[in-house]
Amino acid sequence: MASLSRESILNIFLTLAMVALPFVATAIDEPFYITLATRVAILGLAGVGLNLALGTGGLVSFGHAAFFGVGGYAAGILASHALNYTPIMESPFLIEGTNQMLIIWLVAIIASGIVAYLIGLLSLRTSGVYFIMITLAFAQMLYYFAISWPAYGGEDGLSIYVRNAFLGVNTLAPHGFYFICLGLLFGGIFLSATLKNSRFGAALQSARQNEERLSAVGVRPFNIKLTAFVISGMMTGLAGALFADLNRFVSPSMLSWHMSGEIMILVILGGVGRLYGPLAGAIIYILFEFIFGGMTEHWQFFLGLVLLGVVLFARGGVIGLIAGRARHD
Amino acid sequence: MTNPILEIKNLKKSFGALKATDDVSITLNVGEIHALIGPNGAGKSTLIKQICGGLSSDSGSVIFNGKDLAGLDVAERAQLGLGRTFQISSVIMEFSALRNVMLAVQAFNGSSFRFFKNVRNDKVLVARAMEILSRVDLEKRAEISAAELSHGERRQLEIALALALEPKAFLLDEPMAGMGPEGSKRLISFLDELRKEAPILLIEHDMDAVFSLADRISVLVYGRVVASGTVDEIRANPAVREAYLGETA
Repeated sequence: MASLSRESILNIFLTLAMVALPFVATAIDEPFYITLATRVAILGLAGVGLNLALGTGGLVSFGHAAFFGVGGYAAGILASHALNYTPIMESPFLIEGTNQMLIIWLVAIIASGIVAYLIGLLSLRTSGVYFIMITLAFAQMLYYFAISWPAYGGEDGLSIYVRNAFLGVNTLAPHGFYFICLGLLFGGIFLSATLKNSRFGAALQSARQNEERLSAVGVRPFNIKLTAFVISGMMTGLAGALFADLNRFVSPSMLSWHMSGEIMILVILGGVGRLYGPLAGAIIYILFEFIFGGMTEHWQFFLGLVLLGVVLFARGGVIGLIAGRARHD
Repeated sequence: MTNPILEIKNLKKSFGALKATDDVSITLNVGEIHALIGPNGAGKSTLIKQICGGLSSDSGSVIFNGKDLAGLDVAERAQLGLGRTFQISSVIMEFSALRNVMLAVQAFNGSSFRFFKNVRNDKVLVARAMEILSRVDLEKRAEISAAELSHGERRQLEIALALALEPKAFLLDEPMAGMGPEGSKRLISFLDELRKEAPILLIEHDMDAVFSLADRISVLVYGRVVASGTVDEIRANPAVREAYLGETA
């Protein structure tokens, strides 16, 4: 451990930049940048979730919008009931709404975990292109379910009138909410790194590279992949709850395949399987949306060009381009 | 009377009209090396897959350590103590030799569902894996990624992965394949000792190895066992000479 790798230096730089950003934004009197950065942190967290399945486990899920949306709706539904003082259900036992983020996050994580377990149970029996299609199909099912469910806004979505509360933090101030999201993003990144280095991570990486070998040493690849898929879905679900709070609005579009694509694109842009890949990807994604989105509504054309370049010439994404190929041991 | 640890009874498997495994019965006794030979396409690999659980059988049974393995998958059979190596090295390419063996040790010794402790700091795991690597003379190559190991070293790693499971029986699918004469010689003396730990069902094309190691030999041709016996009996068997040895001699 004499010297830091280029990737570690890049990661430290990205960490410091994200922490410093709101202070810079305030200094140059551009508070809007903090909102942009909050989007980066939230989409980054969603990507960190997907990256565990996609990068570490090789599970190409094209349905992570399902977990993102379930997390979002968990936040929206709990908050709307709290606002209207109506219980979610009264029998067999009383469940009331809440505006406490801690409870909302917990519900979002559990709900998206259950959905990921059910989707994983069926779709992990397939692999390759069938896995991509079946995860897409499940997410679209939830999307159409949300559209046709009038109780929570249906197609029009559901507004959260006041941002939910977190301990003593003023969540309506941009700084407060940004640091909550950033903290959770780094928590997610830390969890990913921990998992990857653990026994479970060793088994998961083996499942990606050589399932035959993993079975031959006596570990069922299915169980390992299902566990990873659930943890992955939970992280993306938590990001969904934050996203709902950021926009103070939840709509079925959070569940649509565009969202799945968006999360996947930012992971690929940043670098599949790289610890900070999702964050780097989210930064690029939001920058493109901000810069080119101001010039033309067809900004995704430029994003497409960059994605093409990454897929053709820089397989390790932006992180790989700057820090070189991933090191293995 | 010898007691078999592995007993294959009337095993069958057809792919359409092709009888890949045609009523095969073989036993593996404690302390022995039982070699399975046969020309290419004789159904040796199919048989191995049926024993290990990668391929279901049409009929017949595999009894291992007194237990019928029917319905158990590859992982469960490995946990029961079937240690196999693959004909074509099957290792985790991005992992170092050490991490490959650590994976096998963690699977055997404890659980893969531990999420927080860094495996590199797991002293018991590392020490045990190093011990196994040194048994196959790979301890100096422990930190090298499997992708960068030579072909012969990867064969050694295959064996280390099987050793880590402390199996009750080894199924070695052409362990000598592609090894140089020096490597083969060392492997022969290694396997000679290994049979004391657990019996070996050895599939091998290298006849020198087979004749110097095997206690018993079974000859598989077109999915059928055409002869079975001691080395001398097999050497003398006219059917075997015609079907198999005639080609190589």
